[in-house]
Parts: sequence; C-alpha cells; structure tokens
Amino acid sequence: MTADTAPDTQSQTHWFLIGMRGLFSLPAIILMLSFVGFAAFTAEANIPVDQVMFMTGMVWALPAKVILVGSMLSGAHVAAAFIAVTLSSVRMMPMVAALIPEIRDRRTPTWLLLIISHFVAITAWVFAMEKVRDVPRSGRVAFFAGFGITLTVTNIILVGLVYGAVSHFPPIVSGCLFFLTPVYFLTSIWISARHRVIYWALGIGLALGYLFAVIAPEYDILLAGIIGGTVAWWAEKQLRQKEAGQ
Amino acid sequence: MSFDGVWPYIYIAIAGWLATDIWRWAGVIAGKRIDENSEMLNWVRAVATALVAAVIAKLIFFPTGVLENSPLWLRLGSILFGALFFFIGGRFRQPLGIAAAMAFLAAGLALTGV
Repeated sequence: MTADTAPDTQSQTHWFLIGMRGLFSLPAIILMLSFVGFAAFTAEANIPVDQVMFMTGMVWALPAKVILVGSMLSGAHVAAAFIAVTLSSVRMMPMVAALIPEIRDRRTPTWLLLIISHFVAITAWVFAMEKVRDVPRSGRVAFFAGFGITLTVTNIILVGLVYGAVSHFPPIVSGCLFFLTPVYFLTSIWISARHRVIYWALGIGLALGYLFAVIAPEYDILLAGIIGGTVAWWAEKQLRQKEAGQ
Repeated sequence: MSFDGVWPYIYIAIAGWLATDIWRWAGVIAGKRIDENSEMLNWVRAVATALVAAVIAKLIFFPTGVLENSPLWLRLGSILFGALFFFIGGRFRQPLGIAAAMAFLAAGLALTGV
C-alpha cells in the first residue's frame, strides 16, 4: 500500500504542521540564504524596506522580483514592467499544472487551489514534487499550504530583519550565496526525478538555456522550456514505445 | 521612479503580483484537466523541468553581481566538483555535493582575487 491509497487517519491540521516543519529543511534554508542576498541587492538599490517586504510576499518568485526591481530602478512604465515580469513568469503555468494533479483529490475546491498556487515557486515546487508521495492524498493540499505559506511569511520577516544589516557582504560570501541557488536546484531535480524523461529534460533544458540566452535572450527561458521539454518528451516516448515493442 | 506614497505599491501589485499570478491561475485551470497518468502530464512535466533547467543555465553562464566577472571555468569547475561528490556521496549526496561546489567556488574566488 502506498501513501496514495492508504487511509488517512490524521487531521488536516496535522498535515499542515508537517508541511510547516519543512521550514527546517535544506531547500528552505537555501532559499532563505538567497533572500538574504536579495535583501542586500535591494538595500544597495535604495528601495524602501516596506516595499521590499511587500514585493517578497506579493510576487513570490525570485527571478520575477529581480526583474521588477530592475524596472523600478530604470523608471520603466508599469505596462513595460508588467510585460517583462509576465514573460519571466510563464514557467509558473506548467509548474503549477504539473503539481496540481499530484496534490489535489476529487473534493479539493478550485478556489483553494487558486489560493495555494500563489505559493508555488521553484523551491516549493521542487520540495513538493519530492515529498508529497510520502503524504496521503487527502493531506497533500494541507501539507503544501503549510510549507508554502510558512516559507513565504518567514522570508517576508527575514527580508525585513536583515535589510540594512547586509548591504556590504564580503564579495566571496555574496558570490557563494548567489551560486547556492543553481547548485541546489540541480541536486534537487536529480533526486526528485521519478521518470526518465525528467533527466532528459534537465540535460536538454540546460544546453538550450545556454544556447537561447546567446541567440534569443528576450525569450530564452520560454523557448528552452517549450522546445527542450517537447524534444525530451518526444524522444523518451519513442524509446519507451520501442522498448515496449520488443 | 519615486518611492513615495502608494504608487510603488500599486506598481508592485500590477507589474509584480498580477503579472506572476495570472500564470499560476492558468496552471491551476490546466492542471485540473490533466489526468495524473496521462501522456499530457508527462509532456507538462518535461516542459516545466526544462524551464527550470534553463533558469539554472542562465544563473551559471550569465550570473549577476559579484560572479559576473568571475571566470566561466571556475563556475563550471565548481559544478563538476560538486557533481563528483554528489554521485559518490550516497545518503548524504545532496549536502555533500552542495558543500563541495561551494568550497571549490570560494577557493577559486579567493585565488583569483575577487
């Protein structure tokens, strides 16, 4: 019997609390270190701390926030900033679409999914895709909400606390803080992959991410994701059908 | 732009929150229609993974801040060094791999005089 079919005797509060405990996990700690770096970045840019805390909670996607700050600093029109940020956030759609079938059950209301989708970003996505298989289906939404909401609120407070204290890190420390994010994402995706196609998509996505950043920098992430993901999916499916036919 | 008054908050709400969350809502609508064992979900998973991989590639190849001026071989060397420890690290492969990559990067940054 797997967690998927096991009867769930625990309450929703129990699973919410278990999700909250995820704050003391490696991914959450790495994300918090990244937010210390973000606080330093915004402090150097002289964005008021209450606005930094507001955007931490409201935007909840680090690359989108970096683009938003860049737009604010350059005095970009709100429509231009919207377009730049929205293009960087298209990736949220397939990420959420891949997560939803893993966590919902037949009774989960759509409005609840719409609310908790706000807390999906790369860290929470990687964490949830890895951990939800150990949670019975009826507890998964509560588990994800516990983790996602706690992580967001903690980082809003963290940014407020460290802003001002962190504007001048030694360069080696800021360099390592920055590099933690890609290294952590690589290891987590590898560990949480349950299908061969994930490894293929990771490899092809890395290569195309570099290629498109050079030849089409405005749409690089989007192109690498759609083309790379489709190629990986198609090639893996061909191999799977060939294996099945033998 | 000025950082006074309520305008920055409206700006952040429109260009930040709305610009990001409309894709999450679209993901919920799409995700509700996908069967957990379908070929469609395989494709969505592959695209989502490749998108994240592209973000990773950009952070490695085109970093901002301090690392912008660091040599590429140092960043790639750090990834490979971390991968080595990751694949031999057994149960502790994730913290070991990350620590090895960070140690390599920090040493390299110190030696190249950042």
